[in-house]
Amino acid sequence: MTIAVVDYGMGNLRSVARALEHVAGGVPVVVTDSPEQVEAAERVVFPGQGAMPDCMRELDARGLREAVVRAASRRPFLGICIGLQMLFERSEEGNTPGLAVLPGEVIRFPEPAMRDASGQRLKVPHMGWNEVHQAVAHPLWQGIADGSRFYFVHSYFPQPADPALVAAFAHYPFAFCCAVARENLFAVQFHPEKSHDAGLRLLANFVAWDPAAGSQPAA
Amino acid sequence: MLARRVIPCLDVTGGRVVKGVNFVGLRDAGDPVEVARRYDQQGADELAFLDITASSDGRATLLSMVEAVAAQVFIPLTVGGGVRSVADVRVLLNAGADKASINTAAVQNPAFVAEAAGRFGSQCIVVAIDARRVPDSPPQAPRWEVYTHGGRKATGLDALEWGERMQASGAGEILLTSMDRDGTREGFDLELVRAFSDRLSIPVIASGGVGSVQHMVDGVTEGHADAVLAASIFHYGEHTVGDVKRALAAAGVEVRL
Repeated sequence: MTIAVVDYGMGNLRSVARALEHVAGGVPVVVTDSPEQVEAAERVVFPGQGAMPDCMRELDARGLREAVVRAASRRPFLGICIGLQMLFERSEEGNTPGLAVLPGEVIRFPEPAMRDASGQRLKVPHMGWNEVHQAVAHPLWQGIADGSRFYFVHSYFPQPADPALVAAFAHYPFAFCCAVARENLFAVQFHPEKSHDAGLRLLANFVAWDPAAGSQPAA
Repeated sequence: MLARRVIPCLDVTGGRVVKGVNFVGLRDAGDPVEVARRYDQQGADELAFLDITASSDGRATLLSMVEAVAAQVFIPLTVGGGVRSVADVRVLLNAGADKASINTAAVQNPAFVAEAAGRFGSQCIVVAIDARRVPDSPPQAPRWEVYTHGGRKATGLDALEWGERMQASGAGEILLTSMDRDGTREGFDLELVRAFSDRLSIPVIASGGVGSVQHMVDGVTEGHADAVLAASIFHYGEHTVGDVKRALAAAGVEVRL
């Protein structure tokens, strides 16, 4: 009975672990770079920060690819930020192949489109609190109002090849996919560990999630 | 759509929050963890901690403070003051900071910002720029100069050019403080803020001079800032983060309420 936070040497995983510990009700949270510990965990959280080419390289350098791919297909699995992006087939960032767990690509916010309604330039990275619009009912959205704000910081976003994967979208300035769901897998572009009450609720929902129970949220 | 951010700033030294340095000296404003929790409950979008003495023996105190705050407050935390090396950044991030703010060390060694951004990602590297108006620059085309060492040392660098250089080096955002306004409570140097916000493609946090809620609104509506930072208006219960957000919303600015 452990929750493994996959550590491949990139970015700050402490805040993810801290937030999980806050909501896990005593379930041990381990930050680990051991494939065996990832395999043994009941639930797996796959975070990420930094540049995707570095993240993929470091993941492989630690021999974690197989363990992550297996977890993503079998056990409750939560991808966060680059951890979401790495699940796709390819990213525009450094033209990097991903893990190809999900069909689709990751692209950069296109410069010419980055204007708001009044013509003012929108900054990239997309940094700050944005509204997350839920596209499907899902146990991980339970108790979180549609349109709640979560904290984002990223320059690239996913374009799933299968629209049925989209679990939520946000606007900047166009609608983009910011969460995906399939069976035992859920992944978000925003940072639940830094998103105050809504983020902690999503993490608590993940800790309690039983994908085998179906995708209908409890009453 | 994306909300503009309101960021309370906590100047800390010796494990305590103190009132801004340039304004009637140091005055105790409380325990950092309590102050952080109060602002979090008021709806702060992020918190900034600036270690204003940044002495080597104060480092352990700062780190334990960051750890204590990070265990209880689940919003982004920026920590700055005396960040000089990649090792300094790592220690701060491990303690629970989400972003490290680099100021003097960026000027002394410009390659440091690129190195830190390459190692940890641009999202956690904030470059702080302390800018002062060049006295003889024309009012219709003002210029600003970069200062370091807490605003005491002139560098000869043009602030806008420096901001562009830091952006190119991989800074994720700029924390822009007007040394002319800092501690005066006269409001932001709006021309400075607008010049940066309009020129740079990364987010700009406006800082220095806030004395009223309206100043925060002006920073967004007239300065085009992506985020507005203030210290003293929050510390003594004069205004809450909620006051600022309601005023921003009333002015038509998107905020997280």
